[in-house]
Amino acid sequence: MLLLTCPYCGVTAEETEFHGGGEAHIKRFAGGSDDAEFTGYLFEKKNPRGVVFERWRHVYGCGKWFHAARCSATLEIFGTYSAQTVKPSEAVISVIQARRPDWQVKP
Amino acid sequence: MSHRIKKSGILIDRTKPKNFTFNGKKFRGFQGDTLASALLANGQVLMGRSFKYHRPRGVVASGAEEPNALMNMGQGARFEPNQRATTTELFDGLVARSQNHWPSLEFDIGAINNRLPKFFPAGFYYKTFMYPRWAWKHLFEPIIRKSAGLGTAPQQPDADRYEYFYAYVDVLIIGGGSAGLTAAIEAGKTGAKVLLVEQTPHLGGRAPVDGFGIDAQLNTLKNMKNVIIRTRTMGAGVYDHGYALAYERITDHAPNSDQPRHRLWRIRAKRIVTATGAIERTLNFSGNDIPGVMLASAVRDYVSLWGVSPGKSTVIVTNNDDAYRTAITLFNSGQTVAAILDARPMGGGALANQARDLGIRILNGKAIKKVTGHKTVASVVICDQSDETSDTETIICDCVAMSGGWSPVVHLWSHCGGKLNWDAKNAMFSPDPNRPPTGHDGQGFVISAGAAAGALGHDAGIQNAVSAGRQAAVEAGFSASKTIASIAASTPESPMLAVWSMPQNASYALRLKTWLDFQNDVKVSDVQLAAREGYESVEHTKRYTTLGMATDQGKLSNINGLAVLADSLNAEIPAVGTTTFRPPYTPISIGSIAGEARGALFKPTRKSPIDAWQDANHAVWEPVADWRRPYAYRQSGETTQQAVTREINATRNSLGLLDASTLGKILVKGPDAGNFLDLVYTNMMSTLKQGRCRYGLMCNENGFLFDDGVVVRTGEQEFLCHTTSGGSDRVHAWMEEWLQTEWWDLQVFTANITEQFAQIAVVGPNARKVLEKLGGLDVSNETLPFMGYTEGRLAGIWARPYRISFSGELSFEIAMPANQGQEMWDKLLEAGAEFNITPYGTEALHVMRAEKGFIMIGDETDGTVIPQDLNLGWAVSKKKTDFLGKRAQQRSHMVDPNRKQLVGLYTLNPDYVLPDCAHAVENGKIIGHVSSSYFSPTLNCSIAMALITGGAGRMGKVLDFVIDGKTVQAKVVDPVFYDKEGARQNV
Repeated sequence: MLLLTCPYCGVTAEETEFHGGGEAHIKRFAGGSDDAEFTGYLFEKKNPRGVVFERWRHVYGCGKWFHAARCSATLEIFGTYSAQTVKPSEAVISVIQARRPDWQVKP
Repeated sequence: MSHRIKKSGILIDRTKPKNFTFNGKKFRGFQGDTLASALLANGQVLMGRSFKYHRPRGVVASGAEEPNALMNMGQGARFEPNQRATTTELFDGLVARSQNHWPSLEFDIGAINNRLPKFFPAGFYYKTFMYPRWAWKHLFEPIIRKSAGLGTAPQQPDADRYEYFYAYVDVLIIGGGSAGLTAAIEAGKTGAKVLLVEQTPHLGGRAPVDGFGIDAQLNTLKNMKNVIIRTRTMGAGVYDHGYALAYERITDHAPNSDQPRHRLWRIRAKRIVTATGAIERTLNFSGNDIPGVMLASAVRDYVSLWGVSPGKSTVIVTNNDDAYRTAITLFNSGQTVAAILDARPMGGGALANQARDLGIRILNGKAIKKVTGHKTVASVVICDQSDETSDTETIICDCVAMSGGWSPVVHLWSHCGGKLNWDAKNAMFSPDPNRPPTGHDGQGFVISAGAAAGALGHDAGIQNAVSAGRQAAVEAGFSASKTIASIAASTPESPMLAVWSMPQNASYALRLKTWLDFQNDVKVSDVQLAAREGYESVEHTKRYTTLGMATDQGKLSNINGLAVLADSLNAEIPAVGTTTFRPPYTPISIGSIAGEARGALFKPTRKSPIDAWQDANHAVWEPVADWRRPYAYRQSGETTQQAVTREINATRNSLGLLDASTLGKILVKGPDAGNFLDLVYTNMMSTLKQGRCRYGLMCNENGFLFDDGVVVRTGEQEFLCHTTSGGSDRVHAWMEEWLQTEWWDLQVFTANITEQFAQIAVVGPNARKVLEKLGGLDVSNETLPFMGYTEGRLAGIWARPYRISFSGELSFEIAMPANQGQEMWDKLLEAGAEFNITPYGTEALHVMRAEKGFIMIGDETDGTVIPQDLNLGWAVSKKKTDFLGKRAQQRSHMVDPNRKQLVGLYTLNPDYVLPDCAHAVENGKIIGHVSSSYFSPTLNCSIAMALITGGAGRMGKVLDFVIDGKTVQAKVVDPVFYDKEGARQNV
């Protein structure tokens, strides 16, 4: 059971206090998008072994959504950060690069 | 025959006898006995029958690894199967029965399987039951079902209580043997908060058996206030980020106590030390499962700890020095050691010399060719380990103590990903300290100690545990001394010899009776067969042969099985690898997992503010999401169906009253509230005028309808969104998700105010009259038209009546503060008496909404239905460029005219009510299903709603519904059955 720290209220708590929300930083395609774009948005999720960016909600706490950078193989948490961003923060990227020198930011 | 011996027995108190029964027979043991030691003390070697072949089986081990001695324990509501006799403490009145035999333990019909081993090879399920096809269902499966499983399933609800306990510590130490105690002292010295859990009732593990005292350690620990020690508490599992479960058996040994039976400890530790010891391995020789063949360490435990000798005359067979300790212990307790067979050509070291000095016969390079005997050992036939055909000798004995070397208990190290190294010298897997399970910070959080770390032998274990205890504390943020004194081994031992087959190159006939997994009856020949049939992966072999899949999870058998598989594949053991170690370490009770979450405490029931009145007035309860709601109010002499009919007729003819407090109510407020609701509802909400209500639909991004309700504009920047009773939390979370993660630029706040308000629907032709009688509010059609609302004091209570209708009647849904809901309800009942005011339940609500063709989320929707399927296209905006679900509703399948569409149905027989979900069939194909179906008292006939392929084009057609093989016919009609013009609600 993971330990996560909510970046809004600062509480470090058990995984059961949170709710996972799947892959983070997905661009929403809506009206006017073509079938391929819309299908990609709705169905094609990444599931890499290694560094992942995820959405979590502090559901039994402050209620806020946030982002977490995590290793799906070792469960190491690199950091948590605001949900109000379309890409990982510089701070979390540098933590990941320090811990995983081979890892590269993908567009 | 096994028997109690006069002296010895560290754990038993001979002044406190305990009476118990086994298979109905009365026996006596002592305080401190386990059920296994007490049975042996009474000469009961035979303790059960094996799973597949029903072979007679006796106890093999003395602890948690025991595969054979599983018992049906207790009676009635305290009955539990598959309890290990070796870990069951004896108490007065204990009732145990052996398992897996019929008619009796001594004479078991199922033992015929033992004569037919050729019919039960590895994978026999897959091979035998393939053909003929019909036989599986009618012949094989019924027989297998009958013979499957070991114990008997309990028949009654569990009478005991269970609970959780939460603990947060710096260092958790699993195992209270000498290594665990040492680690606890070292970690405790640093000031760290330490919890030590030990699965047995006593501390010290096997140290006292071999004469190593623990009193000094216990005295040191007694003075450490920061160290907590819990016995009878097993470290069950190690999980992510330093989470661990421990299983405390509080009253298993004291069943009349008023405490909970088991306690599940949910622990967060900065570091976990696994001081879980090691388990001795069996040796693979023919007849190694005959009762009386036991682990050498177990024989020693029974003598030293419980004063019981498993036999009169014991043969010891070993590939290492440690088993000599058993010989010496037996000899010193006055028991006969017939011989020691040492598979090593050069024999043992210092311990062997000690045994020889005692005059014990030692034969080096010798093996057991086979054990003879049926329900107990009669003799062993010996030969050279290197040559089965060498000169043989038969030694009469009734007990065989075997030792195939030791395997560190690496389970808890491995649960969360700790990796293992192969230690060729000791022929065992041990934890690789460089590849521990890692925590949230990427650092290892488990440290193994003592024998569990691969440091076999008492002195090596202590030295290892000193460093493990300090390391754990330091990594948890404390400081410890760095110097560690080196401890020399008091009794140096000669190297062991890996022996995976005894004798080496044993013939097929011998291998056919050589057991690896005692509990699941897996033999050496089975694993070899699996390898020949192409099962190279250890995980596949495990499942094909069932090796290690029984309730003991192969604690004794796994390494031997791997070795046999590796040998068959001509591979090295580490290349074959181990199967995955999964928690719990030994089975834990389902009760402990449930904890207090049983019955009424399993999940809280949500209750409306008017619940108490409803309960007192004969509500027939129905669960609606987490709520309970009255299905109907049954008057004396009525059936529930009659009550529903009465409630509908009263409402349609005069006045009904519904408690609608459970409806979800979400306040949406802010400068962008209207724009936001335009995005989450399919229809336009920003154009709603203040004071007006609008029915709205919510879809997910797949376009599917998931909630509906009336939206009320209560201010320029304020809306109140009603949701379904079950949907309020979901809808609120949904709104928050989009506001926080996608449209965070919108200035909107939401609040779930469902429980702040009671809501009462006053429904029927006389609804307005009763409100006028209560007084205080103008509820005329001019001031308060359909789909409008007003607010003010009604009968002195702040109230907000909405002119909305889910029944088709003149209807006011009145909201008021929750704490005044009951008061308003009482006033309405009093004022409405002259109109025969009739409280109605959810079934009357359902029937009346179906008569009007209104959909119900969860009946007409199932997660694959879009609004357009339900003739609700009018509520889907075509003007808006975006709303959740819009893009998906443009996908090709969503605009297909042959989607299932909502229709009404009249059964040709008007008295016949179609079952919910009945399938419509056309040309042998299912073309749809019934979504709602009732008898309508208003129309005096059966009505139904259904989702039918291309339904809109089938008006007036007759469809076939197949019910229990018979065809029922119904005509497709408009789903609005009653008052199509809406005249009744618009008055």
